[in-house]
Amino acid sequence: MSALNPASHGGLSKPALPFSPVTPLIFAALIASYFLFPNHLALATQILVLMIFALSYDLLQGHAGIVSLGHAVFLGLGAYGSAILARWGFTDPLLGLAAGASISALVALVLSPIVVRGSDFTRLLVTLGVASLIHEAANRMRDLTGGADGLADFEVAPLLGLFAFDFEGRTAFLYALTVFALVYAALWRVTTSPFGLALRGIRENSRRMPAIGSPVARHLAVSYLLSGAIAGVGGALLAQTSRFASLDMLGFERSAEIVMVVTLGGTGHIAGVSIGAAAFGLVKDALSTVSPRYWQLGLGVVLMASVFLARGGIGGLIERFGRFGRRA
Amino acid sequence: MSSLVAVLVDGVAYGMLLFLSAVGLSVTLGLMRFINLAHGAFAMVGAYLAVVVVAAGLPFLLALPLVFVVVGAFGIAIERTAIRHLYRRSALEQVLFSIGLAFALGALANLIFGPQQQAIQTPAWLTGRVALAGLDITSYRLFLIAMGAATAIALIYLFEHTLFGARIRAAVDNRRAAEGIGIQVERLFALTFGLGAALAGLGGALSVEMLGLDPAFALKYLTMLLMVVAIGGAGSIEGSLLAALGLGTIDALFKYLLPEAGGFVIFGLLVAVLLVKPAGLKGRAA
Repeated sequence: MSALNPASHGGLSKPALPFSPVTPLIFAALIASYFLFPNHLALATQILVLMIFALSYDLLQGHAGIVSLGHAVFLGLGAYGSAILARWGFTDPLLGLAAGASISALVALVLSPIVVRGSDFTRLLVTLGVASLIHEAANRMRDLTGGADGLADFEVAPLLGLFAFDFEGRTAFLYALTVFALVYAALWRVTTSPFGLALRGIRENSRRMPAIGSPVARHLAVSYLLSGAIAGVGGALLAQTSRFASLDMLGFERSAEIVMVVTLGGTGHIAGVSIGAAAFGLVKDALSTVSPRYWQLGLGVVLMASVFLARGGIGGLIERFGRFGRRA
Repeated sequence: MSSLVAVLVDGVAYGMLLFLSAVGLSVTLGLMRFINLAHGAFAMVGAYLAVVVVAAGLPFLLALPLVFVVVGAFGIAIERTAIRHLYRRSALEQVLFSIGLAFALGALANLIFGPQQQAIQTPAWLTGRVALAGLDITSYRLFLIAMGAATAIALIYLFEHTLFGARIRAAVDNRRAAEGIGIQVERLFALTFGLGAALAGLGGALSVEMLGLDPAFALKYLTMLLMVVAIGGAGSIEGSLLAALGLGTIDALFKYLLPEAGGFVIFGLLVAVLLVKPAGLKGRAA
């Protein structure tokens, strides 16, 4: 199993620093982008949402070792949850975030008994099947979700009643950056806590953990719930900052995409996954405006190659570089 | 009443298409433990190949064996170059590789043929309708049912009653012992993988007439194929046949009787079956 997770070269030992030295660089780059690219804040906000979504899925795949083909369900539910709430007149953005997190957490809670049990293949199928089910449901409930047209006719009130969402997207970017920072810190805390270590133990050896008295099913269920809730926050943020919620937010392509993002970023490595998501968002935006077909072709080829070449992703590179630096 | 029977015939024909496309997936998953999300892409390759050679003037009935052989060879080539290194890798790595392959093939189809729907020219005797026991049935549906039934019988015979089948079952049950008595497991796996790809290609070629064909084909029907395998149980040919026919008829029935329910029933069924029997109806314990 350990071949599955190349990022865990160091076993269960904690890193020397309380956080990776790359972390300040990530945040410096994000803050700098606010001043350097004031005309591209909408893209930067979208990328922040992708980073949050990737971190939420990394908790599941990278730490708990659960591979899902339907994680976008939670992003979509969060988006619809906050958009529908806003259409009903509750336009406060923080309330929307809470609603997005709650509905996704609730659905994750209902699903966790079937996801937690079973082999990798049953998990893939169940997550895929449930995702198709929810996609179909959202498509059918036109009155609530707008069907294939999506939802665009909702308002978002000023943040904390003070900062209105402006046309250039400054408020949206800073709002998304703050949420990202909170999610990043929370996940750092969770994954280095005893609970996070127990998750890694389950991932590395799911037979031995019950033998030392670790409640495996409950740990996995909690991580699924938490991961769903964070994806819901990302979805709510996406709906509020783009003023749109649509079916493709919970579609299969997004679910498959996030598996790739997390794997290319380096499963189980929070900084690596964040950088991977940002890079993915940038490259996708640049290439898909040039030619979406070549983008898809390139993506497929990179994915196939990644299985053979870049095991460990960006996070693996950071770790290798970090060890090299310490040795010198 | 007669329209209900016509719907049922439609459902069985659709089920046979699903069976043809899914049985290879079931075999590679059950026997080699390889999660092949590119299986729908093999069907797509077969479908495009059929469209091209039929448009070039080859008769439809000759195009089918050609597709079978070419897609089978393509499957063996991919198995030999890449997939054989992935049998012992994690589910995640298998998923990543095969989904990458599906993406790349879909994008190639888009680059070569464009995003539009493709049509295939079927011979006149397949486009007509036949009166059968007072029913008016499209002859293409009957053809599909016959093809599916013939394939199912041939496969069951191959796996249960030939030396090839016995070797495969031996390799699955105990690979080391099978190798010890001189069975060339590697070659066996490559052949089986090729057979699965060839059947998927055949299924794809046959489905153009009924389901249409565009670059999204590979991913659009992947979910249905996976459901057939999940419900039927990985590695079981009878299970795949039962599941495919069941899914096909239930889908057709609900689209006819209760269109609002749509795909809902099918996905609900999947989750229900996996809850009650996690290994599928006829699955071997994985």
